[in-house]
Amino acid sequence: MQPVISIINFSKSFGKNIAVKNLSLDVEKGELFGLIGPDGAGKTTTIRTLVTLISPDSGELSVTGLNVSKSVREIRSITGYMPQRFSLYPDLSVSQNLNFFANLFEVPKKEMAERKKRLFKFSNLEPFSERLAGQLSGGMKQKLALSCTLIHNPVVLILDEPTTGVDPVSRSEFWEILQELKKEGVTILVSTPYMDEALLCDRIAIMHEGSVLAIGKPEKITGLMHNHIYKITGHNLVLQSNRIAQIPGIISVQSFGDSLHLTFPPGFSSEDIRSKIYDLLGQQLNIERIAPSLEDVFIGLIEGKIGHGN
Amino acid sequence: METDNAVSVSKLSRHFGKFIAVDEISFEVNKGEIFGFLGANGAGKTTAIKMLCGLLKPTSGEATVAGFSINSETAKIKKNIGYMSQKFSLYDDLTVKENIEFYGGIYGLSREKISGKTDQLISELNLDKMKNTLTRSLPLGWKQRLALSTSLLHDPSIIFLDEPTGGVDPISRRNFWRIIYEIASSGKTVFVTTHYMDEAEYCNRVSIMHKGKIIELGTPTDLKQKYNKTTMQDIFIHIVGQN
Amino acid sequence: MKLRRTISIIIKEYTHIFRDWRSLLIIILMPVLMIILYGYAITLDMKNLTFAVIDDSKTPESRELIRGFTENRFFILRYTGIKRNEIESLFKKRDIQMALVIPGDFSESLISKRITKVQLIVDAADSNVGTFINNYSNRVAQLFNEKLNHRSPGILGLEPRILYNPDMKSANFFVPGLVALILLLICSLLTSITITREKETGTLEQILVSPVHPIEIVVGKVVPYITLGFFNGIIIIIFARLLFKVPINGSLSLIAVLSLIYIFVALSFGLMISAVAKTQQIAMLATLMATVLPTIMLSGFIFPIASMPLPLQYISKVVPATYFLIIIRGIMLKGIGLAELWQHAAALSGIGLFMLSIATIRFKTTLE
Repeated sequence: MQPVISIINFSKSFGKNIAVKNLSLDVEKGELFGLIGPDGAGKTTTIRTLVTLISPDSGELSVTGLNVSKSVREIRSITGYMPQRFSLYPDLSVSQNLNFFANLFEVPKKEMAERKKRLFKFSNLEPFSERLAGQLSGGMKQKLALSCTLIHNPVVLILDEPTTGVDPVSRSEFWEILQELKKEGVTILVSTPYMDEALLCDRIAIMHEGSVLAIGKPEKITGLMHNHIYKITGHNLVLQSNRIAQIPGIISVQSFGDSLHLTFPPGFSSEDIRSKIYDLLGQQLNIERIAPSLEDVFIGLIEGKIGHGN
Repeated sequence: METDNAVSVSKLSRHFGKFIAVDEISFEVNKGEIFGFLGANGAGKTTAIKMLCGLLKPTSGEATVAGFSINSETAKIKKNIGYMSQKFSLYDDLTVKENIEFYGGIYGLSREKISGKTDQLISELNLDKMKNTLTRSLPLGWKQRLALSTSLLHDPSIIFLDEPTGGVDPISRRNFWRIIYEIASSGKTVFVTTHYMDEAEYCNRVSIMHKGKIIELGTPTDLKQKYNKTTMQDIFIHIVGQN
Repeated sequence: MKLRRTISIIIKEYTHIFRDWRSLLIIILMPVLMIILYGYAITLDMKNLTFAVIDDSKTPESRELIRGFTENRFFILRYTGIKRNEIESLFKKRDIQMALVIPGDFSESLISKRITKVQLIVDAADSNVGTFINNYSNRVAQLFNEKLNHRSPGILGLEPRILYNPDMKSANFFVPGLVALILLLICSLLTSITITREKETGTLEQILVSPVHPIEIVVGKVVPYITLGFFNGIIIIIFARLLFKVPINGSLSLIAVLSLIYIFVALSFGLMISAVAKTQQIAMLATLMATVLPTIMLSGFIFPIASMPLPLQYISKVVPATYFLIIIRGIMLKGIGLAELWQHAAALSGIGLFMLSIATIRFKTTLE
């Protein structure tokens, strides 16, 4: 089956600044696909190109088989796009914002009431329908923005960092809505800098400085890590990290909260490491092997420290 | 008044008309502590921080920051605190060097001190090659460290960080926290807000604010035991989601 | 162009306008304030001009002439019986703006009906003052001639009538110009910031990804502001009438219709700027630069177009205010109608349509 979103060898520069280089990925129908990466990874450029706001320097990009350079109007009427910044009219009410976008997309008048009802069910915004958008809390604003992009029943939903700066509770609510939409068959492409959100996607592409480091199911990507990670816990260990990095055989030391994550190649045991640390610091520390997190893999991929398979 | 607390807050409130943004909060932050100030959007964190920095008068209650009252000694407070926000208050159209010099000037450092500090910071941050480039063209992670450094120019005893790591890549974030630990171990107090719950784990103690009140306060380890959860993220969603 | 999308934009713009009542108040009060300030500051009516007289004739006729100057509210006689060589120093000290020298044979010459010359020395350092004094003295001389001719019938002096502005009130000349300037400025400012504001807040990005066409955005933005601009125009004209007693000799409804065209031009101009400018600040500066200077300097507002160098005369042909000034002065002061003005109205409409097309074409539906 033809993918809903297809990107082949996409590159884009702004002046000397290369935003995206040679990006290729597909998003299948009904898939929830995540573009994961920090600011400057090229997520926004990719998304804006897909929604026809900027044109590619090279490469083939299509949405439901429509070429982004040729079928601008068609793509705009079947996709829902939520830009990174909250971009609704703060001086219009929740209801007025919804009506405005419904009219822009020529939603049939008869269906308006029902669609609004359905969106209110998702967003729980009904009690606030007469409140000005500018007076909503951060999480509610995001839900309103999402509702406005859904008013014309798009078959593809493209969201640019919808949860940046939003608190964890609102974030988890927002992702529940996305899961609901996915069940209804909407294809969703979402970008996020939060690694924990990546685990909620069917597949992800990890992006860094304009390139894709890895694409696949989240568990497949965490499986890319062949080195072993050990977590040691203790007071102010971070300040010891430079000394711990001297341990022979160690690949890297990362601080994580009040603990340190040590990366070793396969072949070391917890006991080995505990005794090495004791030699070094004169302290008995709690040590356990942990499954690598996506963030560990991300850092490993960037620094070229994921190790080799057997 | 000499105390062991860097920040001491007692029944602090702030109303905006009928809206109660901060509702009689009380807590203490120890010297040299990394204190996480968590809460949902609109919970009242920003209002509370503004009051502690002397930018906003409380409706009622009292707090001391670095030993000075936020009601009567705001000028002294401003001399003793550093502040850095997500929107890094750097001037995009000034060079790295000019930004450092500007902030040195604002805090009234002498000319020799500014030039000494500037050189020191630039070499600490490995920005020698970049010192004459416009701040606009620095990578985000560098900007963040530069912003942090400028907020430390006047050697404050407490530093307030308002969502300092938004949008920064994981490596820069981890490096950033290593610097935070170094700052704290040198005796400075770090007061930080964040939406990244994994960062909450870095804090010595965290408070969770909801609808103007502080509804939980403790070390991450204690909280995890109390709620029988493994991550701060789960705890936050559990507590705030329930209320 | 889809009507429904356009209407939804129109409704949204109206909501913005009425919800932000502070800005609305500024939009309404600013023209009033401007017309009061500019009206009183620019008006060229002179008062209390001082002058000296050297009357070598000392006859009833010469005193009659002097009375012609002193009996109005403009001139104050400060020095009489001074010597000729004192005049220059009085001018230099700016003690007097005018000196009247009546020759000894004044009466005799008049009686023998020869052409009689009286020397009038005018300080024209301020050319407006100079022109003003010149005009007034001519009028005084006329009146004097009329009286004289009345007493000695058969002698007909020249009798140039002062047309359209018989009281020589400069307000009648300037206030219509102010109407043109203020309408243009306010209306183009309104639209120039309306699109750039959406660029700044990011809402434009959200609209652009809908199937909306630029013409729908542009029309949707123009319509609400036409009503606002028209309301402003009415207020300005009411104040012009009340404060400066400017006559309205022609048809009010014609003023209304042609002002609408002019407002349309101004709004299109603002849209053209905002389609290109990235920020509200740039849009406002560009609008100010591009409206105020040409309107004041090149439209005939102050300086007659006929006396400009030829290249500037051509430029004045593309300044919208040039046409509107002819129209509004024509209707208000001369009371003329569409028969005389249709060409100017057509030129205005042409300029407006041209600018609106440019705005639509330049308006990009992408972010690059």
